Amino acid sequence: MKPRRIYFFSRSLLYIFLAFAGLLLLIPLLWALSTSFKEPSQIYTEHSPWIPKPIVWENYIEVWRALPFATFYINSLIITVIPTLGATLSALLVAYGFARFNFPLKDIFFYVVLSTMMIPPQVTIIPVFLIFKNLGWIDTFYPLIIPSFLGGGAFNIFLLRQFFMTIPKELDDAAKIDGCSSFDILWKILIPLLKPAITTVAILTFIGHWNDFMGPLIYLKSLQKYPLALGLRFFQTHFGGIVGGTAHHNLLMAASILSLIPCFVLFIAAQKYFIQGIVMSGLKQ
Amino acid sequence: MKPKKRESILGYLYISPWIIGFLIFTAGPMMASIYFSFCDYQLLIPPKWVGISNYIRIFFNDQLFLKSLWNTFYYTVGSITLGVLGSLFLAVLLNQRVRGETIFRSMFYLPTLTPAVAMAILWGWLFNTEFGLINRTLSKIGIQGPAWLYSTEWVIPAFIIMSLWGIGGSRMIILLAGLQGIPQELYDAAEVDGVNWWTRLRYITLPLLSPSIFFVIVTGIIGSFQIFTASYIMTGGGPANASLFYVLYLYRNAFEYFKMGYASALAWILFIIIITLTLFQFKLAGKWVYYGGQ
Repeated sequence: MKPRRIYFFSRSLLYIFLAFAGLLLLIPLLWALSTSFKEPSQIYTEHSPWIPKPIVWENYIEVWRALPFATFYINSLIITVIPTLGATLSALLVAYGFARFNFPLKDIFFYVVLSTMMIPPQVTIIPVFLIFKNLGWIDTFYPLIIPSFLGGGAFNIFLLRQFFMTIPKELDDAAKIDGCSSFDILWKILIPLLKPAITTVAILTFIGHWNDFMGPLIYLKSLQKYPLALGLRFFQTHFGGIVGGTAHHNLLMAASILSLIPCFVLFIAAQKYFIQGIVMSGLKQ
Repeated sequence: MKPKKRESILGYLYISPWIIGFLIFTAGPMMASIYFSFCDYQLLIPPKWVGISNYIRIFFNDQLFLKSLWNTFYYTVGSITLGVLGSLFLAVLLNQRVRGETIFRSMFYLPTLTPAVAMAILWGWLFNTEFGLINRTLSKIGIQGPAWLYSTEWVIPAFIIMSLWGIGGSRMIILLAGLQGIPQELYDAAEVDGVNWWTRLRYITLPLLSPSIFFVIVTGIIGSFQIFTASYIMTGGGPANASLFYVLYLYRNAFEYFKMGYASALAWILFIIIITLTLFQFKLAGKWVYYGGQ
């Protein structure tokens, strides 16, 4: 074969392979989507088709009727959006402190920030639970919200500090001569410049909280307080049986699909910020 | 006030949210948790000092501790080995200056965005013995699929397979960024010398990518040791504790049996295992990780 033909052949093979891998990874989601539109007679059979016939849109309505799904959604939003705002704001202040000010023991403090990333949350979870229990905050949203405002997470601090370091300090100095306070500099000059980085941090925090299961599991007890993660679990034990019993898989899949929509939408809308954040996380090596 | 002192005060002011959070939610609880680990603490009765007896019981008289530790090791080795290879493979493919890279990357990344609970429910359905997509596909090529989540033998392989669904996630993106950071001139020079692809991979790509590989292995192991949601939702640790992972066992002791002291001891053992594994890897890293110019 001529080199050009070899090139053409290997390129085609590459694209076929990439498309195949992509499809293979999407199959579980497509299958869930397909199941969510089926009627039971098409699910529990050996020849379950990929395209449901008929397409049962009502499954999605049924999900909202069977459970207080709207409440779950709202709860999820509360315990996701507020901590995201808190963590982002808090991490911004702390990162600004580390990036722009000199103070005794700064390096040691920063090492401590970095090393807290290594601590598995299980080490602190019991005493933290006891703190909130003594405050009478079990079955409230406070345990899932308040901690975010205090520091915003080591990873976020690290990430934002790296971004602060890329902005020349002369900018601050010029503003200071013009009579800006340090907070003005942060608010009026640096934050507008850091918008992409802030978006990255906010998105990654949002996803983290939206997906959290153990936190709500430990702190929330009543159904009206459940976020989607617990609601889905409740749905599964009541309509699905623990090892995937065969009761209402269409509804279970519809509910699961509904729970992942916000993350997917966010990803599609802000892909570049995602990638940027992840790449930065790999740079701390 | 001197400007220098003023700057220090401002600096501390800005980092004060973190200092408060660290004291209340990390440092304080860590010390309390060490103390509890030496106590008999059943939540309703105040903690009672019992010395190292929790630890002695864990190491010498707790079958489930060993079982959960073994399960977690087994899962970690399987999911990290295969997962890193899979991510590396996808990253190498995507690094061939592919047109539509963004589209492929999104396709690969999408699965990892699925919330843990939805993911567990979805895979529980795929692994369904009778009607699950996996066994149905297997039966089409004449293989009788195992009972997966009902089988003591197949339940951990099932979890490993599920974890491979994430090969296109953050790990692949970090590796891809690492690959894209390798200077093209090195490959051009190799081409001039007529070097084949294996040699290129072995002597250019892998050494220069080794810091990224090292990073994804270290963080991957820490993460996979903390597997919880999947087994809580899909199997509840069963059958016969075959998928009882360490953190699930810890969670049960703490929040189902309310043995806070015992669970704290388990937590510290987990912490020490993770630190030891990480330090061991750093030590090993000197032998295979290449940091440019050293």
